[in-house]
Amino acid sequence: MELQAVVMAAGGGSRMMDLTYSIPKPLLPIGNKPLIWYPLSLLERVGFEEVIVITTKEAQKEVQKLLLTETKLKPDIVCVQEDADMGTADALRHIQQKIKTDVLVVSCDLITDAALHEVVDLFRVHNATLSMLMSKAHEFTETVPGQKGKKKAGEQRDFVGVDDSGKRLLFMANEADLDEDLVIRKSIMRRHPRMHIKTGLVDAHLYCLKRSVIDFLAENKSISSIRGELVPCLVRKQFSKFSSLQKNKEEPNQNMKKKDNHIASADDDLLELALNRSCWNDHRGDMCGAYHGGKLRCYVHIMEEGMCYRVNTLAAYIEANRLASKLFEEPAIHPSAVISERSVVGSDSIIGTYCQIAEKASVKRSTIGASTTIKEKAKITNSIIMNGVTIEEGCNIQGSVICSHATICRGADIKYCLVGNSQRVEAEGDQRLP
Amino acid sequence: MAAAAEAKELNDNSDETDSKKNEILRARNDGMELSKEEKQRLRKEKKQQKKNKKDDKGQPDNGMGKKDKKPLTAPSAQVTTQVQQPVVTQKALSASPVSEAPAPVDRPAKSKAELRAERRARQEADRASKQAKKGESAAQPSVGKTKAPPNELQPVVKRLPEHIQADDPEVVKKLAKKLEKQQIPVRLDYGYKVSLFSHLHQYSRKAPLTQQMSIPSTVIHPSIVRLGLQYSQGIVAGSNARSIALLHAFKQVIRDYSTPPNEELSRDLVNKLKPYISFLNQCRPLSASMGNAIKFIKKEISNIPSQCKEEEAKSRLQASIDNYIEVKINLAAEAITKFAIEKISNDDVILVYGCSSLVNHILCDAFKKERKFRVVVVDSRPRLEGREALRRLVKMGIHCTYVLISAVSYILPEVSKVFLGAHALLANGYVMSRVGTSQIALVAKAYNVPVLVCCETYKFCERVQTDSFVSNELDDPDELTVTRNGRTQLKHWQSFHMLGLLNLVYDVTPPDFVDLVITELGMIPCTSVPVVLRVKNVDQ
Repeated sequence: MELQAVVMAAGGGSRMMDLTYSIPKPLLPIGNKPLIWYPLSLLERVGFEEVIVITTKEAQKEVQKLLLTETKLKPDIVCVQEDADMGTADALRHIQQKIKTDVLVVSCDLITDAALHEVVDLFRVHNATLSMLMSKAHEFTETVPGQKGKKKAGEQRDFVGVDDSGKRLLFMANEADLDEDLVIRKSIMRRHPRMHIKTGLVDAHLYCLKRSVIDFLAENKSISSIRGELVPCLVRKQFSKFSSLQKNKEEPNQNMKKKDNHIASADDDLLELALNRSCWNDHRGDMCGAYHGGKLRCYVHIMEEGMCYRVNTLAAYIEANRLASKLFEEPAIHPSAVISERSVVGSDSIIGTYCQIAEKASVKRSTIGASTTIKEKAKITNSIIMNGVTIEEGCNIQGSVICSHATICRGADIKYCLVGNSQRVEAEGDQRLP
Repeated sequence: MAAAAEAKELNDNSDETDSKKNEILRARNDGMELSKEEKQRLRKEKKQQKKNKKDDKGQPDNGMGKKDKKPLTAPSAQVTTQVQQPVVTQKALSASPVSEAPAPVDRPAKSKAELRAERRARQEADRASKQAKKGESAAQPSVGKTKAPPNELQPVVKRLPEHIQADDPEVVKKLAKKLEKQQIPVRLDYGYKVSLFSHLHQYSRKAPLTQQMSIPSTVIHPSIVRLGLQYSQGIVAGSNARSIALLHAFKQVIRDYSTPPNEELSRDLVNKLKPYISFLNQCRPLSASMGNAIKFIKKEISNIPSQCKEEEAKSRLQASIDNYIEVKINLAAEAITKFAIEKISNDDVILVYGCSSLVNHILCDAFKKERKFRVVVVDSRPRLEGREALRRLVKMGIHCTYVLISAVSYILPEVSKVFLGAHALLANGYVMSRVGTSQIALVAKAYNVPVLVCCETYKFCERVQTDSFVSNELDDPDELTVTRNGRTQLKHWQSFHMLGLLNLVYDVTPPDFVDLVITELGMIPCTSVPVVLRVKNVDQ
């Protein structure tokens, strides 16, 4: 087997606690499908047959049901404690025994239609240790309920340095880790004099890792997050002295070297010979051979077009709901929904199962969850309504998110608000974003 | 006279029917299967027989006037009918045993004896009829005889390889069907092809074959997928590098292989390798050296005795692959270097073209052995492989000059020798190498500079080619476009429907321009290549 897929679904959704305090993040509905369905369907489409899902105890049952009914993947669900505060790298360490080949790690909140073969091809062709996917960030245009004014400050930028071809990853740092200046080592500049530094990229959290990285993780227990610690560490190690001297037995520091040995690609002698005889070089202008003789290589595929969203903030959640219908072929309006003839349901709305939409109700550009009742003359625009919500007559809901089992009483007027789980909004109430 | 002849015919026929009956019985008992040549011969003879029958029918009408034709047609008809009937009945028979049970493959000796007996019977009848008709016509039996043997000796029509028939929809369809059976996606041609080369495939580097395959590749072994990608993106390029990488990947395949139950390793492993080879062919057309390496592996695998245990068989195969690389590539390089160094004298100016691993090896070794020479590296677009050769030579400390191929006639007056590498050496003495090599050989000939081609014997190939059109490789046409100052002039070349970009990879150099070929067997003239091939075949 070439690759094993691992889906990380144990995250807490710390950046959208309003939504996730009642529903675990992997089960948040997007276009009436739980969030975890999207990466799973991506893996299925690409040809995976088995997948390891790491999730919390609460979500386990639902995820299992989903895997068995909606996808043809053979699931292997691993549970971790909710409060153990496990990072993604910790989770990988947890399942070290199950991993027998190179691994493809996907986060449960990734919604994309990227061509995965680009990422995996980089991984295969260059015998890379790490290969990841990034995308140009899109501005979110919708107003986010519960947020005052445009989002900003606090948002940490990522600095990503790539070489001339745009594929080799030379530098990765988050603004939070840098003090004031961005420091680039001379060894990098000597080998790659032209580096392009990009800041407007979204990390899709899709990584192809070599088997030896898992062993490296097992030895370095201090690394707890893939994105925050492992990836920058690997990117730095590409140019570190020790990883390229692995065959040198005179190195005094045997212990440290052994660790680095593991994560460097184990090239066969014959393969070395083949590459030596080949007239290819990945760079030109200096006297070094291909890859500068380095065994550890990190590659990135940057998507220019196409959809790639990570649903970890409320704004992303709303945006994803808007565009999710493009990703699956089911009809927008579920056949089991009861919609009366005098109501107006826009073509870009998604109606879930067993909904009841009464007369003169109007639903535009919205997502309505399962078993929701919408009474007469209610007007719903640009909103996300989850399952089991009751919306009484004459309500006017605009640009809002209503969580499951909430009740909106008659005549309420809600604009750009977020109504929590099982909340009740009083009749004739007027909730507006201040 | 005619009656006597007829009576004799009948007698002969009855004799023949007896012998035929014996043959039929023998055939039925043995369940012989007809080979392709037999079938073709059959078809031809059927046609002959039909024609003769028509002539025969014409005979009685014409009566005496065609009497001399009769003996002509008679022996031939006799010969053909007697050939026909046993063979036809055997064909019918072979159809039934084939349908009942597969013809036993392990009795080839018997069917050969079968054929020999048949042929003997035919020849005897032939001789008998000839003696009978000797008095009547001297020339005609020879005609009759020449009519029969060509039917037997006519060679099988050689089929053109499919990779040079990209414009024939039939062939393309057949290839697609074959690939579908092996579960390999078909790679689509890209861009407008220049009409002279429209029979060749032209692929884009940006559309790899993995686009259409599932990601954890289950049909093709992962190391073969990686190899295919490396070929199509040009990371492993050069005849030697490709062969070594191929053998390395096959070693991985053999290591991960396990014989399914009720199957023999010697047969199953060869069948397993077939889709991999098709896949690699789709990624990039196989080179002659790769073809020879594959033939070697297939032979090794099928020579594994059936009682050999799997582990032992696998280790034996891996050892033989290692041995092949060691002997045919590494040691051959050493031997060629030894011969070539004799030809390099002090104060030589050596011209090399592109990046040939063997020539670089020779020059580096010569430099280590304290020969004083300098090198002129000639390079050409779009690959610009000479830069890599330049880097390696300068790193050793050799004094180098770098020119593009357009300047070759300016630099040649300074040059004392030309060393060229080869992709393959063809059976008629032509050298197939990177495009531009024949140009350099031509100009060197014009300046009376000796041209030495260095080539290992495992790159010798049985193909015969006199031009670079029939069998070649077309690379991605987008590689020809160049970006300067952020502008690419030919960016939209596809929108000009009369504009075609041609990126040829190989060309052939005639033996008149090559003075010497240095192989590990010695320094031979170009025309001795078929001798080497013959000797190699006898050895095997």
